[in-house]
Amino acid sequence: MAHGPATLADGWLKYISRWVFTTNHKDIGTLYLWFSFAMFIMGGAFAMVIRAELFQPGMQLIKPEFFNQMTTMHGLVMVFGAIMPAFVGLANWMIPMMIGAPDMALPRMNNLSFWILPFAFAILTSTLFMEGGGPNFGWTFYAPLSTTYAPDTVNYFIFGVHIMGASSIMGSINIIATVMNMRAPGMTYMKMPMFVWTWVITAFLLVAVMPVLAGAVTMMLMDINFGTSFFDAAGGGDPVLFQHIFWFFGHPEVYIIILPAFGVVSQIIPTFSRKPLFGYSSMVYATAAIAFLSFVVWAHHMFTVGMPIAGELYFMYATMLIAVPTGVKVFNWITTMYRGSLTFETPMLFSIAFVILFTFGGFTGMMLSIAAADMQYHDTYFVVAHFHYVMVAGAVFSGTAAVYYWLPKWCGKMYDETMGKLQFWIAFIGFNITFMPQHFLGLAGMPRRYADYGLQFADWNMVSSIGAFMYGGAQILFLYNVIRTIGWGKPTNDPQVWEGAEGLEWTLPTPAPYHTFATPPKLK
Amino acid sequence: MLKRAQALFLGLLGPVVALATAGNVSAESATRQLNMPQGVTEVSQAAYDIHMIMMWICTVIGVAVFGFMFYVMYAHRKSRGAVAANFHEHHVVELIWTIVPALILIVMAIPATTALLKVYDTENADIDIKVTGYQWKWQYEYIGEGVKFMSELRTSQDEIYGRAPKGEHYLREVTQPLVIPTGKKVRFLITGNDVIHSWWVPDFGVKRDAVPGLFTAAWAKTDIPGTYVGECTELCGIGHAFMPVVVEVKPEAEYNEWLAAKKEEAAVYASTIGKEWTFDELMVRGEEVYERSCAGCHQSDGKGIAGVFPALKDSPIALGAKEGHIAVLINGVPGTSMQSFADQLSEVDIAAVVHYERNAWDNNVGDLTQPIDVLNYKQGQ
Repeated sequence: MAHGPATLADGWLKYISRWVFTTNHKDIGTLYLWFSFAMFIMGGAFAMVIRAELFQPGMQLIKPEFFNQMTTMHGLVMVFGAIMPAFVGLANWMIPMMIGAPDMALPRMNNLSFWILPFAFAILTSTLFMEGGGPNFGWTFYAPLSTTYAPDTVNYFIFGVHIMGASSIMGSINIIATVMNMRAPGMTYMKMPMFVWTWVITAFLLVAVMPVLAGAVTMMLMDINFGTSFFDAAGGGDPVLFQHIFWFFGHPEVYIIILPAFGVVSQIIPTFSRKPLFGYSSMVYATAAIAFLSFVVWAHHMFTVGMPIAGELYFMYATMLIAVPTGVKVFNWITTMYRGSLTFETPMLFSIAFVILFTFGGFTGMMLSIAAADMQYHDTYFVVAHFHYVMVAGAVFSGTAAVYYWLPKWCGKMYDETMGKLQFWIAFIGFNITFMPQHFLGLAGMPRRYADYGLQFADWNMVSSIGAFMYGGAQILFLYNVIRTIGWGKPTNDPQVWEGAEGLEWTLPTPAPYHTFATPPKLK
Repeated sequence: MLKRAQALFLGLLGPVVALATAGNVSAESATRQLNMPQGVTEVSQAAYDIHMIMMWICTVIGVAVFGFMFYVMYAHRKSRGAVAANFHEHHVVELIWTIVPALILIVMAIPATTALLKVYDTENADIDIKVTGYQWKWQYEYIGEGVKFMSELRTSQDEIYGRAPKGEHYLREVTQPLVIPTGKKVRFLITGNDVIHSWWVPDFGVKRDAVPGLFTAAWAKTDIPGTYVGECTELCGIGHAFMPVVVEVKPEAEYNEWLAAKKEEAAVYASTIGKEWTFDELMVRGEEVYERSCAGCHQSDGKGIAGVFPALKDSPIALGAKEGHIAVLINGVPGTSMQSFADQLSEVDIAAVVHYERNAWDNNVGDLTQPIDVLNYKQGQ
């Protein structure tokens, strides 16, 4: 092996240069993961501000203007800054090791696609300190609230979104190129681990829809600065057009977030069941089916906008169909556990919680797909509860599971099982205290994005806020656990780490060397 | 405190109780409400029914699937000596759990379609009411009756900011509710003036976005008089949480009386537009209008919010010619959040608020703005 990575012993300059100029997939994976965790903490802090203000009726801590900035920034930072980069980080670390490749196919682009991200978020968050404040029109930024009626800082927001989009597109191209060209001999498509499969499909979704988002924000830019009227009714435009374009991006976007999470869980459950994944090929087909359906259901986010009834019926039926492939996946996970030999380490606990809570979110999703009932649910806390069950208990839980699962392989040290389990139970209970009551709030009539509410909603909001602080605390524990493991964890050299773990990444030494698979492995 | 804890405890037991006693919960026990209201119209009943069907189907599937999962987690754990089997495929089973959910979906699609057809049945209405969303209030116009008014939040800023105790109807009270009769099919034609709002009355099962440049239709018909409260459900700026919908359903005779009174009010107003107002009269009325319609953005102290909403204190418009000041209120400022108030405020209110802005917060212009000035400006246009 030519050279190892620079460490602190080589001096600060060398050490910093290593991270800035790195083209190593493991380094870039690490950068992505730390960046996303930083964004997760920041987005979480925004959520804490929201829940603190909603602890009681009335405006106590902040003004409605700032409240709207917080809801918007919370959504944007969590979706684009925390969850997406976290899974890109996992992909960077694991895909080459899983398919027996020495690195990603396009290492320099890999460096670029990471390093433009901090700038995108610096631009986005700097607006909070500017005159006019940050974006205040919700993460869905519906026009004309985000165009004619937006603060001037919206231009920074647009620029930031463009950079994030470029980063995502580059990252996706890299993943597609890697998987198509760099698989070890004998690693056929239908032998790839599920995590790799879900990521390839996700990458295709990203390449397809990020340009649509770029188009939407460019049209906004034109409306704001250059006198066009794409979304301005007074100039002959149509505000509803914005929603169609946004959700044509936005619906695949939510699957972009959840598919890699499916992949992670499909790796972890077989390991701790000590039994191969049940129905591998149906898992692949189900993932592809979900990805396809994601392109043809977007207007179910717009049932109350006044579409013709034929449109409503079509989008309702198409949306209901998603339940079929999603059900297949859930049944497969449970059948993988059936007649296994189960143990419940932290990654497995998070994965089981994922299956239960994600499915719960899927149930409410099915209820939301029924247009007539959606007329009552739409834009209430019922929706907020629904998408936090799939986004947090789905994507975030699976990301946490992934970190605990692969951390020993990455750094050659074992985390403290008791502390991991403690974090799990606080997160699991806190999560449910936060979001379960939000179903009741929504059904009882509390709309989302409300800075203040009537007295009849006071009790459940207080419960929800208490749960949120608890869930927030669990994340601090997570940070502590990870740092403690890297610094002071019990060293381990077992390549397999977990008794039931299967796959190429577990044939490598622990901790994984800086360069792996310089010569392709031989598959059994 | 103890009472509150007790309430919370009861609330936590709620899901069980809700399923057992699922149904309409009256307004008095609104704090305890956990489920969707059944409401008072065919549409809200249809939404409630399909909601309950879906909830039960999901509950049954959930209990079966998770029940099996928990059994597996108990029975097949390594600590109980379970040895892993090695199967990883079973085509028949996989086919069954693809086809059976698909069949369940087809069955569910039937009531879902029927319910939606009901929502869209807006033909043959007895009364048409145009609902327009403004930042941050609703305007109701009885089409063909010449009656039109604004409905704004009545809760005071003091209650919102904790300087006064919150009333029983906190954020659920408006200056003038919408009034409709029992037993008549009322069609709502909903649109927006500035950004997108959404008009929601849960007890009617009516939620429609109020989109600028677009009319959407919804309908309600009920035999149960009462006051029904709803909300704006599309993020529309800083006043999003502060523009409730309140609808009063009255027996037909009472409704007709109310409508006649409204028409008379309009006629009386038209005849008094020429009245000369004194400086102080204008200041009092102007402050009232300002707090209701302007302070949300420009703030009570007239200083605005830097970078978003301009200050009126010491502003060249407020200190300049009266006609220019009136023009801003009548026309709005295109391309900004400053909308036209020509349809929102009466001539008297516009005159009063212009007068107030020119003479409050040390903007001591000292002139008088009369309703006739506003009318002259409008007619001169």
